[in-house]
Amino acid sequence: MMTAASPATTTHPPFSAFLSEHRAAVLGFLRSMVGPVDADDCFQETFMAALRAYETLDGKNPRAWVLTIARNKAVDHHRAARRRAVSKGDELPEVPVSDPPAPDGEVWQRVEGLPQRQREAVALRFGADLAYREIGAAMETTAEAARRNVYEGLKKLRNQMKEER
Amino acid sequence: MTPKDRIEELLRPLQDTDEAAAELARRFSERAAREGDAEVAWATVDSPVGRTSIASTSAGIVAVGLPNRDLDDFVRELSEAISPRVVEAPARLDVARRELSEYFEGERQGFDLELDWRLVPGGFYRKVLDETARLPFGAVVTYGEIARKAGNARAHRAAGTALGANPLPIVVPCHRIVRAGGDPGNYGGGPKLKRWLLELEGALST
Repeated sequence: MMTAASPATTTHPPFSAFLSEHRAAVLGFLRSMVGPVDADDCFQETFMAALRAYETLDGKNPRAWVLTIARNKAVDHHRAARRRAVSKGDELPEVPVSDPPAPDGEVWQRVEGLPQRQREAVALRFGADLAYREIGAAMETTAEAARRNVYEGLKKLRNQMKEER
Repeated sequence: MTPKDRIEELLRPLQDTDEAAAELARRFSERAAREGDAEVAWATVDSPVGRTSIASTSAGIVAVGLPNRDLDDFVRELSEAISPRVVEAPARLDVARRELSEYFEGERQGFDLELDWRLVPGGFYRKVLDETARLPFGAVVTYGEIARKAGNARAHRAAGTALGANPLPIVVPCHRIVRAGGDPGNYGGGPKLKRWLLELEGALST
């Protein structure tokens, strides 16, 4: 019925389908990384960047691709928050990098205290609910390294919580 | 519960992620359509004859999908024919959706919408659809007549083909072209819908 004026150059699914398929994983991941309030802004930035670069997606692993963008947005967010904290100097020595926790977010606040790779891996595993193979793809590493980062992260969290008991 | 179970339990994704993500996606899509980062916006309109879909570009309405058209196919074809940067943005299509609803309710006789003709091949096809767009509410003409208006009276078959490939049904009212004998004839949306539209317009004496 529809005839293209010029031949289509890609076989990408419509962006609306891509968005429906990955929006929950991206939001879950971002909430784990930057907290529920700032996650909304990072979500908008992530999908805007994905839309603008959509034609460069090679189609092999769209979820890993969009989560890599989300990871970068979360890192930018942390950097900006830290810069704000530093520029305010001595008056506010302990400015939290993320929002106040959601009611069930206490453990997620601890996740934010983990080293970068472990934090990302835990957020991808539990926030975005990904398999290790997908986590590895999103972090540009192997499934095995992803598993190790999750394992180390959980061990640290478990020890912290044990000490406090 | 062992410490391991407990921590994995606590690390469940925060509540209502799916719903919140759907709402954020809606907000994102409208903004992308409004600001031009998305090249195509689509939405659906409920009508007495079923769900109709509609799509626009920055130039205007580019496609209408009748109720017998699968929505996924409609969106995929837009994506392939124009650009994959396609979003669902009902607010962006507010005016067109309202005009279509009014038409289906019998409260509107013509459309006041910019059209993007890019999915229509040029030449005779375009001439046929241009002439069709001029037909007023309630009027009917035969395939032969529309071919003559488009500049080639003998090309009634080609006119039929052009009308069959109309990407903008309803708005470019190809249902107003009927067979010479009085039978409504074929329609992309199905012969039943053609009859319904002609009855809506009072153009069919039954």
